Amino acid sequence: MPLAMPEPESRALVNRGALADALRRFLPAAAVIDDAPSLRAYESDAFTLYRQPPMLAVLPQTTAQVARILRLCGELGVKVVPRGAGTSLSGGALPLADGIILGMARFNRVLEVDYANRCAVVQPGVTNLAISQAVAAAGFHYAPDPSSQIACTIGGNVAENSGGVHCLKYGLTTNNLLGLEVVLMSGDVVRLGGKHLDPEGYDLMGVLTGSEGLLGVVTEVTVRILPRPASARALLIGFAGNEAAGDCVARIIAAGIVPGGLEMMDRPAIHAAEAFCQAGYPLDAEAILICELDGPPVEVDDLVVRVEAIARAAGAVSLKASASEEERLRFWAGRKAAFPAVGRISPDYICMDGTIPRKALPQVLARMAELSAKHGLRVANVFHAGDGNLHPLILFDANEPGEAERAEALGADILRLCVEVGGVLTGEHGVGVEKRDLMGTMFNEHDLDQQMRVKCAFDPDGRLNPGKVFPQLRRCAELGRLHVSGGRLPFPDLPRF
Amino acid sequence: MAQGLRPRDEGELQAALAWALAEGQPLALRGQGSKLGFGRPVAAGQVLDLSGLAGIVVYEPEELVLTAGPGTPLSEIEGLLSQHRQQLAFEPADYGAISGGPAGRQTLGGVIACNISGPRRVKAGAARDHLLGFKAVSGRAEAFKSGGRVVKNVTGYDLSKLMAGSHGTLAALSEVTLKVLPAPEATATVLLLGQDDRAAIAALAQAAGSPHEVSGLAHLPAAAAARSQAAQGRAMTAVRLEGPTPSVRHRADELVKLLARQGATLLLDAQASFGFWQEVRDVQSLLPADRQLWRLSLAPGAGPAVVAELARRLPALDYYYDWAGGLVWLALPPTEDAWHPAVRGAVASAGHATLLRAEAGVRAAVPVFQPQPPALAALSQRVKASFDPKGLLNPGRMHPGP
Ligand SMILES: Cc1cc2nc3c(=O)[nH]c(=O)nc-3n(C[C@H](O)[C@H](O)[C@H](O)COP(=O)(O)OP(=O)(O)OC[C@H]3O[C@@H](n4cnc5c(N)ncnc54)[C@H](O)[C@@H]3O)c2cc1C
Repeated sequence: MPLAMPEPESRALVNRGALADALRRFLPAAAVIDDAPSLRAYESDAFTLYRQPPMLAVLPQTTAQVARILRLCGELGVKVVPRGAGTSLSGGALPLADGIILGMARFNRVLEVDYANRCAVVQPGVTNLAISQAVAAAGFHYAPDPSSQIACTIGGNVAENSGGVHCLKYGLTTNNLLGLEVVLMSGDVVRLGGKHLDPEGYDLMGVLTGSEGLLGVVTEVTVRILPRPASARALLIGFAGNEAAGDCVARIIAAGIVPGGLEMMDRPAIHAAEAFCQAGYPLDAEAILICELDGPPVEVDDLVVRVEAIARAAGAVSLKASASEEERLRFWAGRKAAFPAVGRISPDYICMDGTIPRKALPQVLARMAELSAKHGLRVANVFHAGDGNLHPLILFDANEPGEAERAEALGADILRLCVEVGGVLTGEHGVGVEKRDLMGTMFNEHDLDQQMRVKCAFDPDGRLNPGKVFPQLRRCAELGRLHVSGGRLPFPDLPRF
Repeated sequence: MAQGLRPRDEGELQAALAWALAEGQPLALRGQGSKLGFGRPVAAGQVLDLSGLAGIVVYEPEELVLTAGPGTPLSEIEGLLSQHRQQLAFEPADYGAISGGPAGRQTLGGVIACNISGPRRVKAGAARDHLLGFKAVSGRAEAFKSGGRVVKNVTGYDLSKLMAGSHGTLAALSEVTLKVLPAPEATATVLLLGQDDRAAIAALAQAAGSPHEVSGLAHLPAAAAARSQAAQGRAMTAVRLEGPTPSVRHRADELVKLLARQGATLLLDAQASFGFWQEVRDVQSLLPADRQLWRLSLAPGAGPAVVAELARRLPALDYYYDWAGGLVWLALPPTEDAWHPAVRGAVASAGHATLLRAEAGVRAAVPVFQPQPPALAALSQRVKASFDPKGLLNPGRMHPGP
């Protein structure tokens, strides 16, 4: 299906050979990939509806190399698409025909663990899970835990501001960063933050986080590490309807309880997960909640009793509190395997990622069922219920003509619905190319122009990951033009003093 | 008194900025003026008074979100939240008293613009972490918005992070949406007495590295401790616990066991705890009023070494630590240069220093905010220009020039 990407520039294409030669002058031969079969490995990320092999793939290992590569690409008019592990679900790392893939996987070292300051300094290609593993023996962990944590890199997490099931209590990536080293497209290296808590000057680290690789290439990350909670228990709660499950979520929050995780699955997701890994989910329930409570055992036991009472009052039809660590992990196993489980019941699926106000949940699920019928495609829902982040999985078969298009159309309808009820297009997977053309449902021209002007401040020639996030590319010179309207105060009654 | 404009809604705010842009008229942004002494003196002939953009627009306790005008007094917001047993978890400090303005008068916009957080920052994050979205008018006189009303949102750049801590130099806020959280059911504070700085910060690191979910970590050396209402006649190292009652009781017992190995301990009850952390948060009562005041943001473990270095170089050092050592408040006898070479020299690469209180003339002459390396300073300038190309908003507040 047509995805309008920036027109490849012939200047870049003719420079392909010159670029490869120039790169090989300061990089090991294996770090510059230009043969077609090897390049195919980079042609998409985990959003597989679109594919495009890059011009070259380059695998640097030091900050100085990144700076040289970016400067060189700037000189030769070549675009740059940074890539971590390629697990993006929105096409953030989709290559461009006239651009290189800058693969950050070789930045794979944990540089420092500093318990006195409760932080770790790592290279961007280190996986999310490897950070927690590096500090586990001392009783610490890195809190944000995307389901892809075995594979995804911390650099990718920074670029996407990734979340996880525990971000209700512990925050997203942005809330757990202390410092970054970033290389700009100009080749300038800037260090933002450090081991201290507040930024000096503008919070550029804050705006870089979640910028989807469009502002700078992250070459070092300092993250906050936290002591692991003393204990945790999970409740598995079944409901006869989505409404009751949604109501239970609202009551838990209203009671002033902030669970470590609060997840919901609907009937299709429950059945897929149960068939896949026998987690013990109630197959007669329309919806289940997994509510995890963590802290000292006295607190957890107390909260378990409180949540049980709330669940009963909300009409729970089944209720189990984990009595052992093994049982707690079993409750989670189904949820964590939801994606592969759905992969088994459908040849293809796409995972959506809108966020809605919690109270709109029953309404949104009802409307989603209508949309699913309208487009003739099944939808299974897993849902970070505590923070309103929906993950509808749209099931389709790419070999059936027209189904992929229908899946995309259904996805777009679902995201529009999220915005309509006061929510947003993406809670944690990013805009990428997937939701790019829907940005106008949330933002008007002024909103988008201001974002693009920030992009211009970092990358005035628009060479870093263009074609992502923004539906329309505009030149920085044009965006910078000022529109001044006469000096007269248009509101003569504006109070003056 | 300076001349100015006082818009009452976003339309009027936009009109005011369109006028300023057309006239090339720089503006000094102001809420209630509680932080006029914060930052460098602003070079602007006209005041843009944002106190008219006040009022709570929506508060949905069950969604944990509140939207209000930037001119809304913080006290109004905190009062409403407490009726629903909720709070702003970042515990905004009231710097009114230390920066020469009135106490108890600050507005929501000022708190966000200065990214002001209190002792709970170590656990709950800063103001920037609770700003879900905003509407504003830029120095280009364009109304724009960013973010939303939900906690999880990565749609477009997170401009909220830029607005928080921009000291009104990027855009004038017209509406602010915050994440709010349940207020803790119980609070207690464990005090460890008589420790020197190094031992105290090590004890705080131990508490912070324990699974007891501490929400305040401060050390008051003897001089500062003597000014506290909770004074014990010697240095006080304090760890706060918050949460459900049985949990707080249990964790307090555990912490006392942990810290008692190091020295005498004492438990402050909820009320004493509340008063103590308010003192730590607002600074004014713990340090002498006639001094210049620096705020150092440091790697927590570096705190004692930086302070020891300063004590070697400077006379009459008075100070205390918050954020487990990561925030040092430093009071120094007034001089023309506010000792800035010595202060910044001692901080070196451990973090950064902001001059928070000094005469206007001193704040105009001394770099109030940490000077940045050239590439970073140039990038910050380009970001500023992307919002406010003519330098109309609070010119000079953060750095000399527009
Ligand atoms: C099965 C599965 C489960 C998932 N679960 C979750 C989840 O629970 N929560 C969640 O938030 N996400 C989830 N994701 C999405 C994905 O894992 C995250 O977005 C992750 O952060 C991407 O990391 P990556 O290293 O794979 O980055 P990539 O996919 O390689 O790149 C993602 C983006 O980051 C940019 N980028 C990568 N590295 C850098 C760098 N060093 N500097 C600058 N830009 C860079 C790229 O240009 C691209 O725009 C899931 C994905 C899958 C496949």
